[in-house]
This record gives sequence, structure tokens and C-alpha cells, in this order.
Amino acid sequence: MKKLTITAIACAATIIATPVMAENVLRWTSQGDALTLDPHAQNEGPTIGMNGQIYESLVTRDASLALQPELAESWTADGDTWVFNLRKGVKFHDGADFNAEDVIFSIERAKAPTSDFKEQVASIVSVTAKDDHTIEIKTDGPNPILPNQITSLFMVDKGWAEANNVVLPQNYAEKEESYAVRNTNGTGPFVLTSRAPDELTTLEANADWWGKGLFPGNIDKIEYRPISNAATRVAALLSGEVDFVLDPPLQDLARIDSTDGLKTTTTPQVRSIFFGMDQGIEELRTSDVKGKNPFKDVRVREAFNLAIDKQAIQRVVMEGLSFPTAMITSPGVLGNTPDLDASYGHDLEKAKGLMAEAGYPDGFTIQLDCPNNRYNNDEKICQASVAMLARIGVTVKLDAIPKAQHFPKIQKRTSDFYMLGWGVPTLDSHYVFSYLLDAEGSWNATGYNNARVNEITSAIATETDIEKRTMLIDEAWNIVRDEKPYLPIHHQVLAWGMADNFDIPIAADDFPRPRFMVKN
Amino acid sequence: MTNLTPSQNTTRFARFMDSDVLHSFLRSPSAMIAAFITLIFILAALFAPLLAPYNPFDPSQISLWDGKLPPSFAEGGDERFFLGTDNQGRDMLSTILYGGRLSIIVGLAAVFLGMFLGVTLGIVSGYLGGTFDAVIMRIADVQLTIPGILLAILINGIGRAFLPVDIRDEFAIYVVIIAIGLSDWPQFARITRGATLVEANKEYIASARVIGLPSWLIMMRHLLPNVLRPVLVLATLGLATAIISEATLSFLGQGIPPTTPSLGTLIRVGNEFLFSGLWWITLFPAIALVILVFSVNLFGDWLRDALNPKLR
Amino acid sequence: MLAFIARRLAQSILVMAVVSAVAFSLFNFVGDPVNNMVGQDATRERRAEIRLQLGLDDPIPVQYVRFIGNMLQGDFGVSYRIKQPVDQLILERLPATLELVFVSAIISLVVGIVAGVYTGIHRNSWISRSILSSSLIGVSLPTFIIGIALIYIFAVHLRWLPSSGRAGTIDFGWWKTSLLSLEGWRSIVLPAITLSLFQLTMILRLVRAEMMEVMQTDFIKFARARGLSERAINYGHALRNTLVPVITIIGLNIGGLIAFSVITETVFQWPGTGLMFIQAVDFVDVPIMSAYLVFVAILFVVINLVVDLLYAAVDPRIRIGNG
Repeated sequence: MKKLTITAIACAATIIATPVMAENVLRWTSQGDALTLDPHAQNEGPTIGMNGQIYESLVTRDASLALQPELAESWTADGDTWVFNLRKGVKFHDGADFNAEDVIFSIERAKAPTSDFKEQVASIVSVTAKDDHTIEIKTDGPNPILPNQITSLFMVDKGWAEANNVVLPQNYAEKEESYAVRNTNGTGPFVLTSRAPDELTTLEANADWWGKGLFPGNIDKIEYRPISNAATRVAALLSGEVDFVLDPPLQDLARIDSTDGLKTTTTPQVRSIFFGMDQGIEELRTSDVKGKNPFKDVRVREAFNLAIDKQAIQRVVMEGLSFPTAMITSPGVLGNTPDLDASYGHDLEKAKGLMAEAGYPDGFTIQLDCPNNRYNNDEKICQASVAMLARIGVTVKLDAIPKAQHFPKIQKRTSDFYMLGWGVPTLDSHYVFSYLLDAEGSWNATGYNNARVNEITSAIATETDIEKRTMLIDEAWNIVRDEKPYLPIHHQVLAWGMADNFDIPIAADDFPRPRFMVKN
Repeated sequence: MTNLTPSQNTTRFARFMDSDVLHSFLRSPSAMIAAFITLIFILAALFAPLLAPYNPFDPSQISLWDGKLPPSFAEGGDERFFLGTDNQGRDMLSTILYGGRLSIIVGLAAVFLGMFLGVTLGIVSGYLGGTFDAVIMRIADVQLTIPGILLAILINGIGRAFLPVDIRDEFAIYVVIIAIGLSDWPQFARITRGATLVEANKEYIASARVIGLPSWLIMMRHLLPNVLRPVLVLATLGLATAIISEATLSFLGQGIPPTTPSLGTLIRVGNEFLFSGLWWITLFPAIALVILVFSVNLFGDWLRDALNPKLR
Repeated sequence: MLAFIARRLAQSILVMAVVSAVAFSLFNFVGDPVNNMVGQDATRERRAEIRLQLGLDDPIPVQYVRFIGNMLQGDFGVSYRIKQPVDQLILERLPATLELVFVSAIISLVVGIVAGVYTGIHRNSWISRSILSSSLIGVSLPTFIIGIALIYIFAVHLRWLPSSGRAGTIDFGWWKTSLLSLEGWRSIVLPAITLSLFQLTMILRLVRAEMMEVMQTDFIKFARARGLSERAINYGHALRNTLVPVITIIGLNIGGLIAFSVITETVFQWPGTGLMFIQAVDFVDVPIMSAYLVFVAILFVVINLVVDLLYAAVDPRIRIGNG
């Protein structure tokens, strides 16, 4: 009887306590949470994605990645000087006015040693206010792409930062905890209302947002709940508890599409997936071949290339959602041509022949380092490759670990054979050469060192003659195609899953854009 | 009951096995079926390399093009793969045979570890008494109040934390065995100690002592055989629990790694494909696990009733 | 009685000492504690400074005593991954676990006792038989398989209930409850059922056996002879006599529920302490792991102490009642 009473009370309480639902709620999930809400502490996709709802930058990109004005209404360049005209009447969430002082402060904050956005502002020498809503930026030499570089450089209120002792960005590497990690004060379309890391973050529409009425977005409230397990994430969409999954597993897209009230959208992504082979070191760390390095022999690298069936990976592992490739950079990036991207083919007999010629008729053993939470089906691609390489006698030990442990192996150049994916925000090959192919490239763990490629890498940084520059890039890519320092797998395709009544325009950079999110 | 030689002990064991126990077994169809299924599983585990159509751990036998095929009896199935293939193109029947083998090996090893610890400590406690007995039994008492699965999860978690990341997978199986084994020794210790106390007061032990037989010999030869009955029952039921514990740890992603999957690992990996319509990747290992545990439980239940009618 | 309590208390302290020693060794011997506090590129001076701050150069016993001291004040350090004080994290997550355990306990006790009494009285009816055989299957079904099956059927296929998470929470100070909103109840149903099933079958079997024993006693025969109705006999007399061991059952039940909540929370992504522990193991987040160890130990020590005391208090009456 007592229990009955309790139930009755609970029911009554239910009716009273059920919160009044905001009109248009977007319940959003993806694999991992933002690492911090300090807008300058971590330059990482999901972190920028969350902070981008709350904070704004001077210049932004639309879903087609074209530049658009945000807190700056217009900008002009003259040699090494950029002038940005700031939007007037913009207020931070706490009511403070946004003005030139805040821009100067934010750029200084981004230049601080603890900032993770130092590269983006590295070319900036000085920032001065010409008046309250005009700033002048001087760079060290002409920098025609400054606006492209600052699209995720968020603006912070100077007064708020000083009052809360967060003048410097949180020191993420030293695991510092600061006020800005959990509290925000941006100018953006959404205001943070609650934050439980890894559990639930809620945002409400900013009633005083400057862009109100200028954009189609009509979401009143965002509830963001990260779900790390892929199957659970899809189940949440299928059972209707979330409206939007940023990263549904590829094998579930068909199921999502065929479910009433749900849809998926896909777009090619500017990101290529490939394996690196260390051909610089004298003896591999994880191989049974001693005294020499089989990867130094181009025939071995070619045999590996021919042994991996990229078509099978595309069809079975990626559910068709990838573009098999022979290049480590995607279409859309200057330098990628259909000829260069034409497949090396899949030919086991030829591969075996090359291995025998190189002196390894019975293959050898090696370890493949692979992330398991970074790229679409990363671990599964590696597993499939292990089986394929076994066909030419190569015994691969797979070490699939979280990205946080995987990437340092590449940056410290301690991996023999590894998976890496590379996106190109500048849409130019120079970005790829300088990081991955130049002998000094900070992400080039292959030890690849070709004098001509190094020379071209530095030449195209300063070459202004477009035609000449394109030819240089083409020449370098042809050398790379012949020497095969990397083993290209495919270009990624991006997929989002959402409820039918939502329109969230997909973008190749994987950021949902709040001002264009529409609930019908 | 004053038999002193090992041979007589063996006879006694044989005697109780042959009379009422066998009789009761032959009259219980559910026990017979359960025993039969359990036996099939154990044989399948022993001979998995011979029975399985493919070796799922040999990468050169796998073709990715065979991936995600439904069972041969379902629409779109391939007759080479009776239970279909997983996302890597491995034959499900073969992976289940090999996975079941691993599950049973881990289960048996864990139970043996728990049994070895428990029986040893139990006999020594019961025989020696005193402080040693008090300490061991207090520990057992305390540990018994915490459910085994929770202890296994905690011990396993701590064990993994102490292993460096790069060798965690290689040693995972031993950590799991130790975690489960350590979590269920007190039951064995308690029951063994009880039986030992009863037996230790009997005449023949006293006489053995008078002859001057060393303690370890008395424990080994005379006390041990007397505790075998209840220990056997506990071990059988414990096997079912150990298999579930292993599967649970593996399902939580903290047990056997996917490179050499156990049934629990297979269910975890397969779970990713449940919603995309590839039901066979998760359903068949789950069915295998449930049937295995169910028949071991059923057999254990019967064994308990048959060997000791007083124990409910 | 006093000696009994004293012995139990001494035992509890011993348990806590052992558990805290394990927690302490986790802290000090897993990885390099300094590396876990600062980045790889920290300077030697900074490292030495941190070592000094943490007192890592003191003798081990001194460090252990300090660790116990901190622990007693609820200070378990700061999570390596989430970078929040661990005691605060546990307090945040605790309501989720306790509410889940509470609802599951109600389900398993109510259904388990009712079904146990029924099957104990109507021993041979087909309903009893089917309840009993399904209970054996229930024991053999791992919790995570039940969870997956329920998610598949009720969330994904029928789309009646949410598949994961804890929605519709309402704040009461630091306690966030999901028991005061419809949404909250919808999200707790599946995990609570999953968690309760195993315990339910255990209770069912215990109560049934107890009931069968009581029904054989003279006491019931007398009641029959007095011409009391079946209903009064079954529920008034027989059940009341079986309820004494129920204290033990509840104790065991809550212990079991807390244990299995780790699995259930993982399957349903229920944001409780169990899920937090599993995530902590994945990331080797030692402060959370060691705090959870201590937390579980405290929980079990308290449960056992309460059960023992209750049992001791009830014990004489059991003898009188059965007399």
C-alpha cells in the first residue's frame, strides 16, 4: 500500500515537474566530448565544433567552405597590413560590448605559449585599434591567406577574462583547470546553460544574437550527449532519443536511411588514409629481418601496394563509402590529378614476384601501428590489410590503440609501419609536402628524403607564377608516385545521420553550423 | 572408514560414482542432455583445430571479399560458410569453435586456480587451526560478501593498469584467469575447511599422526579425497560462472583481445553490426555462450542434488 | 552482542586498510605519477617541483599515511582524464547508480518474492513450472546479453523506450534525480529490468525454498486446523515467517545489484559510478580507479555491517517465532 502511495506521489510529481520543452530542441551526439571549453586551449575537431556554437571568429566558412564575414563585416589587405572592420552592436553573452580591444586581447591570448592556436596567428606581428570597430593587423611579410587561417580563432571578452583570471589559455598539456574550461562567454548564437563533461552539455539560443533573423537557423536549444560506443550511438538515433549523429558507423547508414523518419547525408571529405613505411632507418625495430631494412627497397614497397586490395576495403569495410586512391591527397587539393590518382592495381602474383626479387620470397614479420578511434573504420582497415599482406608471406602484428597513444609514435618517428590520415585545410599540395614528404616534415615518419622533392617543397612556398608552380607540384607528385614512400588506401567520405525533420547542411570539414540548422 | 592406503581411497571414489550417482544420472533426462551438450562443447573445444572448416587466426585463409556473408541457409548465403562470415571474411562457425575453446580454457583455468587456492588454504586452515585458520577464514568471509563478478572486474582492472599499454593484450588472458580465479577461492576454502574439520577429528587421522606421517602427507592422502565431492559440485557450478565472468570482461572490452577472440569478445565485436542487419555476427556467438552456460549449470545443479541430497 | 559488533567493526577496518593499500599502490606504482600530472615536455625543474609537492621523495610509509589522511577527508586527487576532483565526480555520478539500484531492488524484491511465494505454494501448477524453468535460463543469461536483447527489441525495433542514457533529470541541489519525470522513468525502465533479472531469479529460488519448508511445519498445520482461510495462511502466516531471511536477501541483493550495475551501466551508457570506473580502466585513470575501489569497499562494509546487526537483532525472535 505504501508503495502505491509513493508511486502516486511520483506520478503527481511527474506531471508538475516535467520541464516545459523548448520549442525546437536539437539532441546531438557523437563519439567524444569537447576536451575543454577554453576556446584557445585545444585545436581539435570536436572541441572546435562545440566552442563554435558559443564563440565566434572574425571570419568564418559556410558549408561549402567559402569564407564569410562573422565578427568582421569586411576586410582588406595591403602588403603586410590587413584591416578588419568589426561588426557593430555585438554583445557578449554577459552583456559586455564586443569591440577592437577584445580582438587585440583574443589574438594576444592565442599567441600565448599555452595556446594551441599559435600556428594560426604565427604570422601576426602586431594588432592595433584604429578605432573602436576597426583593427589593423601587421604580418611578417605579405600573407594573402590570413583570413583563411583565422576561421577558428574565437573572440573572447577582455573584461570577462581578466575578472575570472583566464587571461592566458588553460595549459591543457599540464592538465590545468581554469574558469574558462567550464564557463563560457562568447558572442555566438548559443549560450552555455549546463556542462557535465562526457555526459551532457546544454546550450540555449542567444536571444540577443546579432545574426537573429539573418540566417535560417531556428534551433532554440541544443542538448549534446557524447556516446562513445558506436552501436549505442546508432541505437539512440534509431530509437529516437537523439536527432543528430555526427559520426554514425558506415555499416549502419543503410539501416538509418531505411528507418522511417531518419536520413543520412554524405559528402567527400578532404582527407586521405594511407600507411607510412619507415625507409630511413637502417634496421626496422619490429621486423625479423636483421642488418637491413626491407622498406629501403622500392620493390618491397610496391609489393605491399599491390598486395592490398583497396577495392575490397572500399566495398566490404567501408560499405562503398570511400574512394580508393594512389595518392595521399584528395581531389579538390591543388596537385591531385586523375592520372596521378590512378590505381596501382591489385596483383598478388606480381607482388610475390617483387618480394622474391627483393630477396624476401618467404616474406618477413613487421608490426603495423594503427589508431582505433580516429578515422572511419581505422582498425578494421588495418585488420583487413593484415590478412592481405599474409598472402604475400608478410606476417603483420597489429597494434591498434587509441589516437592519443598512436600519434606520438609518428611524431617521435618510432614506428616502422603505421596508418595515418591527412586533411588539407589550405587545399594546396604545399601543406602535404611540407608535413609529409619533405625530409624535415614534422609528420614525415617514413624517413623519405628525396633532394628534388625537398627542393620543390621550398620552391612552391614562394613561387608566384601559377603555371610554373603547378608544374613543380606535378613533378614532385610524379617522383612520389614512382618511389612510393607511402601506401595510399583511400579518400574518406563523410556521413551524418539525422531525423527527417532536421536540415543540417553537411560540410567537408565535419563542423555542424548552428546558424543553418533548421528544424521543420 | 579407516582406510589408509591410496588404493582404497580410489575404490571408495569409484564406489560412490557407480551406485546411486550413476543411477540418478540415468534417470534424469535433463542431466543427461546437459552432460551431453557440455561434453560436446568440451570436445569441440579440444578438437576445434580439426573440426573447424577454417582457421580464423590464419590471415592467409581469409578473404575480405567473403566478408559479411549471411549463413548458408539464409537468403544470399554462401554454402562454404554455414553460419555466415564476419566483417573480416572469417567463417563464423570456425570463429565460434575457436572462441568457445578459449572461453572454456579460460573458465577451466580460472576454476582450477580458485579451486587450487581454496582447497589448499581450506585444508591447511582446517588441519592447522589457530591464527592461520582465523586469518584465512576472516579474509574468506569478507571476500564472500562481495559478488565474484565485481571482484573479477576490479582485480582485472587493477591488473591491466599495472601492465604497460603495449603488452596489455598479450597478457590479457592471464590477467583474466587470475582475476576470476582470485575472485572465487573463498567458496572452495570454506567448504574444504568444513569437511576437513569433520574428517580431522576421526580416528584414522589421529592414528596417522601417531605413526608420525608428515602433515602434508596426511593432508594430501587422507583429507583431500574426502573433500572432493562438494568441491566437484562447486567447481562445476563455478565453471559456468567463470565462463560468464570471462565473457562479461571481454564484452566490457577488458578481457580477451579481438585478435584471438573468445565468445564474449565475439559478442562485443558483433554487437557493432547488430543494427546494420548483420544479425548472425552477434547472435550465433551469443547462442553458443548461453547454451554452454545453461548446460553446465543444469549439469551442476543435478550433480549437487545427486552428490549431496542435503545441500539444496 | 557487543563483542560481535566489535569483531565486525575490527573486520571492517581491516578490509578498509587492505583496500586502501591497494588503492595507494595503484597511485604510486602505475605509470609515473609525475608524467600523469604534467606533459611529456615538462622541464626537469618542474618535475622536481611536482615530486616535492606530491611528497614522492618521502619514505613509502609516510606517503601511505598521508594518502589515508587525504582519503579520510574525501580527497582522492584529480582525475587524469576529466581533470576534476574525484570526490566531486563520484558524488555527481552517485545518484544515477543509487537510483538504478533502488528501482532494480524494488523490481527484483517485489516480483521475486511474489513469484517465489506462488511457486512455493502451487508447486506443481504449470505456471510454477514455467516460472522455474525460465528462472534457470535467467541464471544462465549473462547480463549484457539481456541488455542488448532488450535494447534491440524495445528501443530499436519497437521504438517504445530510449536505448541509452539518463534523460529527464531534475536537480535537487547536488542530487539529480530521474525519478520525477516521465522521461526519466522511460530511460530507467530498460536498465533497471536488465539489472534486476538475475537478482530476481535468485530471490525467487530462495523464497520458494524457504516457503516450501515453512509450509511443512506444524505451525501451518495448526493454522489450517484452526480453519483459517488459505489466503490468510499463505500470506499472513507462511510468508511472514519466510520474511526473516529476507533481510539477508536484501543485503545480498543490494550487493549483487551494485556489482552488476557496472555491466548494466556500460551496456546502457548510464552515467553512474560503474560506467565511470570502466572508462577509468580504459584510460588508466588511477585516481578514479582507486577512489572507486575505496568507495565499493565502504559500500560493502556498510551493507554487511547493517545486515549483520539486523540479523543479530532479529535472531532471538526467529527462534521464538519458529518455536
